[in-house]
Amino acid sequence: MSTAALSIAGLKKVYAGGFTALKGIDLEVKEGDFFALLGPNGAGKSTTIGIICSLVRKTEGTVKIFGLDVDKDFAAAKRLIGVVPQEFNFSIFEKVGDIVETQAGFYGLSLRQGAENTEKYLKRLGLWDKRNAQARHLSGGMKRRLMIARALVHEPRLLILDEPTAGVDIEIRRSMWAFLEEMNKAGTTIILTTHYLEEAESLCRNIAIIDHGEIVENTSMRALLGQLTTETFVVELAEPIEVVPQVPGFTFRKVESHALELDLSRGQHLNAAFAALDSAGLKVMSLRNKSNRLEQLFVSLTASEGSAETLTHG
Amino acid sequence: MAETSPAAVSVTAQSTYAADWVAFRTIVMKEIRRFLRIWPQTLVPPAISMVLYFLIFGTFIGSRVGQMGGLDYMAFIVPGLIMMSVITNAYSNVASSFYSTKFQRSIETMLVAPIPNGVILAGFVAGGVARGLCVGAIVTIMAGFFVDFTIHSFTLTVGMILMTAILFSLGGFINAVFADKFDDISIIPAFVLTPLTYLGGVFYSLDLLPDFWRTISYFNPIVYMVSSFRYGIFGVSGDVPVYLSVAAIAVFVALFWTISLVLLNRGTGIRA
Repeated sequence: MSTAALSIAGLKKVYAGGFTALKGIDLEVKEGDFFALLGPNGAGKSTTIGIICSLVRKTEGTVKIFGLDVDKDFAAAKRLIGVVPQEFNFSIFEKVGDIVETQAGFYGLSLRQGAENTEKYLKRLGLWDKRNAQARHLSGGMKRRLMIARALVHEPRLLILDEPTAGVDIEIRRSMWAFLEEMNKAGTTIILTTHYLEEAESLCRNIAIIDHGEIVENTSMRALLGQLTTETFVVELAEPIEVVPQVPGFTFRKVESHALELDLSRGQHLNAAFAALDSAGLKVMSLRNKSNRLEQLFVSLTASEGSAETLTHG
Repeated sequence: MAETSPAAVSVTAQSTYAADWVAFRTIVMKEIRRFLRIWPQTLVPPAISMVLYFLIFGTFIGSRVGQMGGLDYMAFIVPGLIMMSVITNAYSNVASSFYSTKFQRSIETMLVAPIPNGVILAGFVAGGVARGLCVGAIVTIMAGFFVDFTIHSFTLTVGMILMTAILFSLGGFINAVFADKFDDISIIPAFVLTPLTYLGGVFYSLDLLPDFWRTISYFNPIVYMVSSFRYGIFGVSGDVPVYLSVAAIAVFVALFWTISLVLLNRGTGIRA
């Protein structure tokens, strides 16, 4: 029997000013999934998350968490969700330990259980030494980790993270990725929104892209990346080049004295490109993607209609 | 569409009463921690200003006033000053705490949790009552240095102070719900609460007023609270009947509770 961690049906939100943020979206996230919800600013991601977490009132539609309707089974559904919001939303004058333990109390955990879980998650997120420090004395990365510890203290089965790594350095970001992957392997379903598409591509198995209040893509990461018909690579050469090689079947462009761009269509092999460069007497030092593959797709999917030239659908 | 998991069903079967109680206790403890953390702002100023009232109005001026409402003037002003501290502190605790919670968006941590709105409201109100009673106790101890008194009716005295603290905590909550900036939570205390308190029979008996102003004063709810509280402490008949005061405050508490809960359920000022 399959279980949906999250089921959204016909979700619509019209704000007081008349702006329609969501136009009746349907979405399903399977239990155990690591799911990316992406979209440009103002697309409706935060409104969707806000409705799931009861911070935004929906206009129409239903939201179910592990089969429990958030309206009808209010308390039970909420106990299954942990949320890490985009902006810091704790009192900076409170102690780190108090912030997490208080959240445990909000979810009805006993004092003992709350204290145990607070210790467990502050330790796992490397904040146990800071438990008696006021939150205002934490660095940006520590504040992000504090929000994750707080969201986990009642041990939710569905964790929703709204841009959890915004503004943190790469080292902390990677340690947070490792932590989230570990949580997911242990059975926690994770929904992630992020502007770092590399993050979504490396962590998430399934993805939905929302734009102008509608889901414009909802598929597996593998299937989505498979839609790319062309990838652009940057080829670094050993020697400067004067003339761009003309090789049948390949398009090269000179971008710097030592670098070429290469458009590789689906079905073409890099081996053939290397052979062509070799025959032109050019030695390749390194090769990299010009941009993140998901980024290419994201831009295409959320651009105005008719510009999605790099995609094939169906 | 996927089906409900058995695990989800077991969660719904859990009783929520125990969890609600824990959530209530957590909010109250959080509120108490907040006003104790900033004790130089919350507990010390009322103690100092009340000592000044006792000294200036009670000792220096009061000695020349003589009797008021059947009591020495110093004794006469004690219940009103205690009540005044409870009113202002209960009100401002909830107003500033709930507004800060909105402003810092930490209210979201309660809204995402499975806490019924009534429990959230009760938690904030209990926090306001706790600060009101705490400051009231400090002022009562201070008063003990200036005048000897025993409590005539413990039930009435405690009942009045509790109901008053609850009422003004609810008032502070409603103020904070509508407040868009910090100034908005000081307007009502400055322009409504302070005048009503000073004109609420704290420093004088309504018998001293001309008929017109005495009639006007009967529309001031604080007159009823102060008068009945004074009766509870000294057993001296006040400006208004006690039963009327208790009934009126109870009605206002019910009304303010209902308004506050409706505002929370609608998400006024806190939910988009």
